[in-house]
Amino acid sequence: MEREKHNIVRVSNVIKSFKLGKVDVQALKGIDLEIQAGHYISIMGPSGSGKSTLFNMIGGLDKPTSGKVFIDEVDIAQLDAYELAWLRCRKIGYIFQTFNLIQVMTALENVTLPMTFAGMNSDDATKKGIRLLDLVGLGDRFQHKPSELSGGQQQRVAVARALANDPAIILADEPTGNLDLSTGEEIIALLKNLSAERVVTVISATHDFKMLNVSDQVVWIRDGRVDKIENREELSISLGTIGAIE
Amino acid sequence: MTEILGDKASASPTDQVSRLVVLPFKKSIEISFKNIQVRFFRSMITTMSLVLAVSFLCFTNVGMQVADGLLASGDPDKRQVLINAGYDIGPQDTSVAATAKQRWIVILSLIVCVVGIVNAQLMAVTERFQEIGTMKCLGALDRFILRLFFLEAGMQGLVGGGIGALAGAFFSLITATISLGTVALIQVSWLNVAGSVLWATLVGFFLSLVGVFYPAIVAAKMQPVEAMRTEH
Repeated sequence: MEREKHNIVRVSNVIKSFKLGKVDVQALKGIDLEIQAGHYISIMGPSGSGKSTLFNMIGGLDKPTSGKVFIDEVDIAQLDAYELAWLRCRKIGYIFQTFNLIQVMTALENVTLPMTFAGMNSDDATKKGIRLLDLVGLGDRFQHKPSELSGGQQQRVAVARALANDPAIILADEPTGNLDLSTGEEIIALLKNLSAERVVTVISATHDFKMLNVSDQVVWIRDGRVDKIENREELSISLGTIGAIE
Repeated sequence: MTEILGDKASASPTDQVSRLVVLPFKKSIEISFKNIQVRFFRSMITTMSLVLAVSFLCFTNVGMQVADGLLASGDPDKRQVLINAGYDIGPQDTSVAATAKQRWIVILSLIVCVVGIVNAQLMAVTERFQEIGTMKCLGALDRFILRLFFLEAGMQGLVGGGIGALAGAFFSLITATISLGTVALIQVSWLNVAGSVLWATLVGFFLSLVGVFYPAIVAAKMQPVEAMRTEH
């Protein structure tokens, strides 16, 4: 069980600066972070804290100005465009706030698209796609277009799509941001179950305090730095105060 | 667990080929065909300027072939019919050449059509930013996006060009029949008319590809992080 201690993501002294007009703005001011495989991580922080920048960096969507980001011990700065695409296709599953299903495709086609990219033949992809949609509770709706599904159902399809190539990491960017309370809770429970069953690392950027209940670890980002990292045990204490605020 | 381990094992450098993301050609055609189908109205607008320009091109060419057909008969009466209809023919001419002005109008209409296509395709790219970004997050390479846009434009070009060419030929023949009489339809070389239709269709196909060139590059160069943006 040494894999349990394996760091799936390692962020080492990452600085990211943007040019805003003629001024350099540092969004990340030196972040160090280690994320263990199979954990459920929430990245919390106010908007403008650098949360999204860090999140994109972990997802291989952006490269740091200095410092290194390792995904599965591979430095993503060393990867060329093809390898990055492969990484995004096979290692990482993305879930978006706005669901981002491809509107012209059915639920099933949305789920099988990443498998097609990964080179799976169409029969196997269809079988696996239906199995995944079953898993998220949409087994009977695979022929529906996204516009014919509710927000919660669309997000379920997105979860199934994220799982298409059995990724090591699922990156969820405010997955409950566009959902009502109970639907949001369902999606969180679904993610938590999947994370536990399939040993997938779930990393989500969120404002949603409901997320904290299920997180193994919460990373608080403030002003481009890691403010604090709380493990599950410590969380229950601070959760009391958060509950009071809400 | 085993799947993750399996992935790890296949990540050795000797296995580079299997690490390439793929999109089979058949699948690309399927996706782009569906795109046109679903966005039928938008595709129609994109194709409309092409239909009009190609039909104008074909109209002009077929009109000349009708006149050529009449001239080729060598019958002075038919030559007179042409001159009466306003054709400027010298006594030694055996074919009706397009005047410089005519050529210019055709070329201008084709240029305007390409600009129209670029405009419409850029709009389409903007509308589809999130979709393209999402595809890239799922592992799509730049060239997948390029290929999808070119395939769509190619299909639009063939269909739009074909419709335009047929319509142009049809109206050209009707106009000729009205102004020159049914003799125009008897004398015209149908092989040449078919040639004109084919030529105009190919021009339409080519112009559609030229028009999508820049928008497709804009789409393909898009960063996947755009998919994360929520404000649209």
